[in-house]
Amino acid sequence: MNVADYQEEVKMKKTVIFGALTVAGLAAGAAGAATLDDVKARGKLNCGVTTGLAGFAAPNANGEWEGFDVAVCRAVAAAVLGDKNAVEFVPTTGKTRFTALASGEIDFLARNTTWTFSRDTDLKFDFIGINYYDGQGFMVPKALGVSSAKDLDGATVCIQTGTTTELNLADFFRKNGIEYEPVPVETNAEGQQQYLAGACDTYTTDASGLAATRATFENPDEHVLLPEIISKEPLGPLVRHGDNDWGDITRWVLNALIAAEELGITSANIEEMAGNTNNPEVARLMGTEGTLGEMIGLDAEWAKRAIMAEGNYGEIFAKNIGEETPIGLARGLNAQWTDGGLLYAPPFR
Amino acid sequence: MTTLTDPPKESFRPSMLLSDTRYRSITFQVIALVLLIAAIWYLGSNLAANLRAAGLNISFQFLNNPAGYDINQTLIPYTSQSSNLQAAWVGIINTLLVSFLACITATIFGVIAGVLRLSNNWLVRKLMAGYVEIFRNIPVLIWILIIYTIMTAAMPAPSAFRGDDPASSMMLGSFAFTNRGVYIPGPIWGPGSTIVVATFVASVIGVFAYRRYATKLLYDTGRLLPMLWPSVVILLVPTIVMFFFLGMPIGLDYPALKGFNFRGGIQIGAPLIALWFALSIYTGAFIAENVRAGIQAVSKGQTEAAAALGLRSGRIMNLVVLPQALRVIIPPLISNYLNITKNSSLAILVGYADITATLGGITLNQTGRAIECVVLLMLFYLVISLGISMVMNVYNNATKLKER
Repeated sequence: MNVADYQEEVKMKKTVIFGALTVAGLAAGAAGAATLDDVKARGKLNCGVTTGLAGFAAPNANGEWEGFDVAVCRAVAAAVLGDKNAVEFVPTTGKTRFTALASGEIDFLARNTTWTFSRDTDLKFDFIGINYYDGQGFMVPKALGVSSAKDLDGATVCIQTGTTTELNLADFFRKNGIEYEPVPVETNAEGQQQYLAGACDTYTTDASGLAATRATFENPDEHVLLPEIISKEPLGPLVRHGDNDWGDITRWVLNALIAAEELGITSANIEEMAGNTNNPEVARLMGTEGTLGEMIGLDAEWAKRAIMAEGNYGEIFAKNIGEETPIGLARGLNAQWTDGGLLYAPPFR
Repeated sequence: MTTLTDPPKESFRPSMLLSDTRYRSITFQVIALVLLIAAIWYLGSNLAANLRAAGLNISFQFLNNPAGYDINQTLIPYTSQSSNLQAAWVGIINTLLVSFLACITATIFGVIAGVLRLSNNWLVRKLMAGYVEIFRNIPVLIWILIIYTIMTAAMPAPSAFRGDDPASSMMLGSFAFTNRGVYIPGPIWGPGSTIVVATFVASVIGVFAYRRYATKLLYDTGRLLPMLWPSVVILLVPTIVMFFFLGMPIGLDYPALKGFNFRGGIQIGAPLIALWFALSIYTGAFIAENVRAGIQAVSKGQTEAAAALGLRSGRIMNLVVLPQALRVIIPPLISNYLNITKNSSLAILVGYADITATLGGITLNQTGRAIECVVLLMLFYLVISLGISMVMNVYNNATKLKER
């Protein structure tokens, strides 16, 4: 009798006590396939977001989550469940996010997470796309009189732990042969407090996050972002590796939001566009032509609902983090490829 | 049951394993042990099988890879190119450092507060009761945050020391208290400094020898030698003489504001101070209660008998009450020391790089090797806690009442 057979037999014979003891072990293995069925059965999408970063994901005055990442969650919920409010938002920290996703506590992680090789492969996740092209920057008080990150020799740097920024920072200072003293902080709020108290000279994280943090300061004008962007930070939502159907659905919801902007479909004109269009790609996206919905296991109007939830990519950007908002981010790299940016959704056919 | 006095002549039969009381308990223990091992083996193999099924392979290879991140306070050499294992060692040493410091100060706080709680002075008694109740009834996590926040918000930033008319200045020109830590002058070891240090160590041994001699003289002949001033003289004079004789080989490196921060001297980071102080003052409140319980456990007759012999109250406490109280105080003191060590894992709250912050925090995050890191963490805390227990039990055995 070989080992595997023997283990099978032992499993079959397991008593109540052993069964109870091993539930924890088995649960890890169970959370694998058919996320779509789980979500549908539950009637809610469990979506991991940040614990609170203005513009990206934060509860508003009424306790409703809103923001750039939140909108992606709502679009997925609208496409899959038909209700953009059928989302259970699970706040995660830089440290808990991967465990939450791997264990099945959340179905979908939309929490400005950098797409890296080891996260994609070693940690067994699938990044479904990039919804924000970012880079790591530095914020300093104007009074410090620093105009370049290379002048930061000997500075004390506040940094959120458990992020790629830690490694980028070490690399940047080593490359330039200058020294620094890291002050690790757990959350953005803590980093903000330390920075404002002067416990560190500069605060570093993704440039978008810095802009969002600065927007919440009492006097945003007294702080500047240094021109150096020291890393590539492609931020995107991710799902567990191994459930390709669920990965496809979420990937194409994100692509639908991006394509909608390119095709000129907005939440305002969507009914009109769906009704009478002579653009075949718009028709396929709206489900009036072809069977795209069926191919990913959803109904025909999945993309229409996703776009109606919070608008197309451009609308989501403008509403949450665009130049009209306190966050005040320019589109930059995040413009459509037709406008010189990097956003490029594959064709819907 | 004649077996005890009259050993059986009959030879051993297997059935005696159950029927004979001499063997029965051993039989059952062996059966229980076999079952236990089987259960552990089953659970272990089940866990391994499920981990394999979930695609999680356990490997400790990552420990040899470069860590890639920097750590602010390290007692051993470390750069971002050092291995994850070295980062773990940095964390272990930082954990031991803060635990050791906090155990000492918590004991000092606890003994003082515990003794003063029994003071005859109403105000002192109530003040100490207030300290104990306030500090032990608020979670240590909150205390760590409060103390750190007060430190960073209330103390001046290094930039406040800059300029011709700075808002803050260094105390005595050599101590800087900033919201990033305290900077104190550090020694510069010149040639011949080892001789000075050796002299000092010899002086310390000399002080102990003198005190032992004085005590022996007191017990043997009843002659009371002065204690305090000879101790001070033995401790300091040879070292000072040697220091100047060798031409002052030990210099001082004063901290000075250079660039963004103070450089030079010794830096004691704000996270370390906040964590150390919070752990000490929190656990000190528990130790105070242990000390009070220990003292109250010594019967009043002992105090009265000592007073009847003409001992002063300070000596009654030192010579009669505390030695007897220690046997009550030490066992709970062990668990308080263990609590300090385990509570030091909250260090990451204030950015102190202990083992939980390095191996269980950044390394875990960057490598994603959660199971391996957590297993190593558990192992470390287990070893440390058992080690502390062992040392304290040895001490307990040395101080407990010797019964004959």
